[in-house]
Amino acid sequence: MKHLFVTIYRFYADGFRNMTVGRSLWLLIIIKVAIIFLIFKLFFFPDILKERYDSDSERADAVRQALSMPADTVKPAG
Amino acid sequence: MEDLLQVVDWSRWQFALTAIVHWLFVPLTIGLSLIVGIMETVYYRTRDEKWLRITKFWMTLFGINFACGVATGIILEFEFGTNWSNYSWFVGDIFGAPLAIEGIFAFFLESTFVAVMFFGWKKVSRGFHLGATWLTAFGVVLSALWILVANAWMQYPAGMEFDPDQMRNVMVSFKDVALSPVAINKFFHTVFSGWVLGAGFVVGVSCWFMWRRRVPELAVPSIKIASWVGTVGILLTIYTGDGSAVAVAKYQPMKLAAMEGLYEGECGQSLVGFGIVDEEAGRTTGQGVKYEIAIPKGLSVLAHHDPDAFVSGINNLIDGYELNSAGDTIRTVSYAERIERGRAAREALARYGQAKADGDETAKAAALADLRADYEYFGYGYFDSPEEAVPPVSLTFYMFRVMVMGGGYLLLFFIVMLWLSYRRRNILEKPLTSIIGVLTIAVVWIVSEAGWVVAEVGRQPWVIQDLMPTRAAISDISAGSVQLTFWLFAVVFAGLLIAEISIMTRTIKQKREL
Repeated sequence: MKHLFVTIYRFYADGFRNMTVGRSLWLLIIIKVAIIFLIFKLFFFPDILKERYDSDSERADAVRQALSMPADTVKPAG
Repeated sequence: MEDLLQVVDWSRWQFALTAIVHWLFVPLTIGLSLIVGIMETVYYRTRDEKWLRITKFWMTLFGINFACGVATGIILEFEFGTNWSNYSWFVGDIFGAPLAIEGIFAFFLESTFVAVMFFGWKKVSRGFHLGATWLTAFGVVLSALWILVANAWMQYPAGMEFDPDQMRNVMVSFKDVALSPVAINKFFHTVFSGWVLGAGFVVGVSCWFMWRRRVPELAVPSIKIASWVGTVGILLTIYTGDGSAVAVAKYQPMKLAAMEGLYEGECGQSLVGFGIVDEEAGRTTGQGVKYEIAIPKGLSVLAHHDPDAFVSGINNLIDGYELNSAGDTIRTVSYAERIERGRAAREALARYGQAKADGDETAKAAALADLRADYEYFGYGYFDSPEEAVPPVSLTFYMFRVMVMGGGYLLLFFIVMLWLSYRRRNILEKPLTSIIGVLTIAVVWIVSEAGWVVAEVGRQPWVIQDLMPTRAAISDISAGSVQLTFWLFAVVFAGLLIAEISIMTRTIKQKREL
């Protein structure tokens, strides 16, 4: 089993070491993923319902209220 | 209200920008992975070093595109949670399940075997490497499958039941979601169009090599293989496009009417080849297209495979009638009635919420029964007039023609390139041929993006057909925050595109490998 992990490690290590264009691509991927997750996701794209409500039940109530007819236009129940 | 409309518009622009940029990379990945697989198979069978060089070169371009495109789709998921939280909650697991499957299976399949493709040339056997290349191609298509299943569900919501307690549509049949007629057609149509795009790219770049008289021994075989893929791909795209037309006629007749600028339908409806849309005239006189050049009975054949079938126009759908083959009028559900029933469903939902808060089980049961009775028209309850349920006709009409005419050009292009590569190789070296080949790279992308514009603009104003209009899907956020992230995306995506084009052109000029 240990031999298998060493082989896999060497496979990837040698691959990365011998890259040419791939080096620029990995740099591009790292920069892109960092921008997406560390800037966009953290600062600009919160999950609105998770941020504003504590439970799924509250989230469901909020969405129901948003999607229902306004209360003043609804006929009494029954 | 004005701010709400601004949030909707900016969120739509942002989603469109992200989806269009993402779609620049995806179809090339689909097409190139297949072409590289075929090339490596030829190398495996012939052991000819020429094919090894060809395979490695195109595999490098595949890798560049893969690297530039990876993770661009994640941003779409961020937007769901931030800009489209009502939608995101409402679709529940139906959207989440296919995306999760895509993330777990396809991503890991691709990641593992992409590594073998690029690092494994001298580390694994030729057969194992070939297997990894094909499994990468398979993984790419598998990724596309789940995304397209999710998209198809928005166009034809099947296999679910609405749960007003959770306020979510709950999946009741995975089979109905994954194998709906819309999903199957959409999947094959999209994948085959990806083959065409990949083929157009390979032929275009190879034509550039021919023009510069560089490595013709590699360029001509590349043109041959890519032209075969392109020819087969475009024929299959046309065939599945026919299936899509039938599905649209059945499940989204308003979209079909918009694609044709058709306001008053008839039996034996003609298909507009070219014309100028006049939406105002369409609404008032029923003549939505001026100066039209039309194919008699073409649309009836396309939509129903029957030259005498009735095809509904926008006004017919709004007014709620169609004709049978004998010319008798048949009543359908008018949009005014749909709006009434949609309002009744929204009202029932409000009553359900109130009864739930009061703990009144009897009132809850009554409200649920009312909601279920009209739920199929739930989304119409947001409209004040039937006209609000009509998509942007001009854009849909023109983009449909760009797609169809572009597709016709590509069929001709690939057949001619096949003929030239086998019979008239000297013509391939002419500058005019190369210019046409290189320009065709732009054409394949324009055609591909136009197809998505038809699919997505044509289904407006819905995010989920008949159930949720775009404006109800939006979050309670400010327009300013969406504008800010729109421009941030524009800058980042522009940088990404410049990086891809720059790395790719440098690699092509140097004929480098990874």
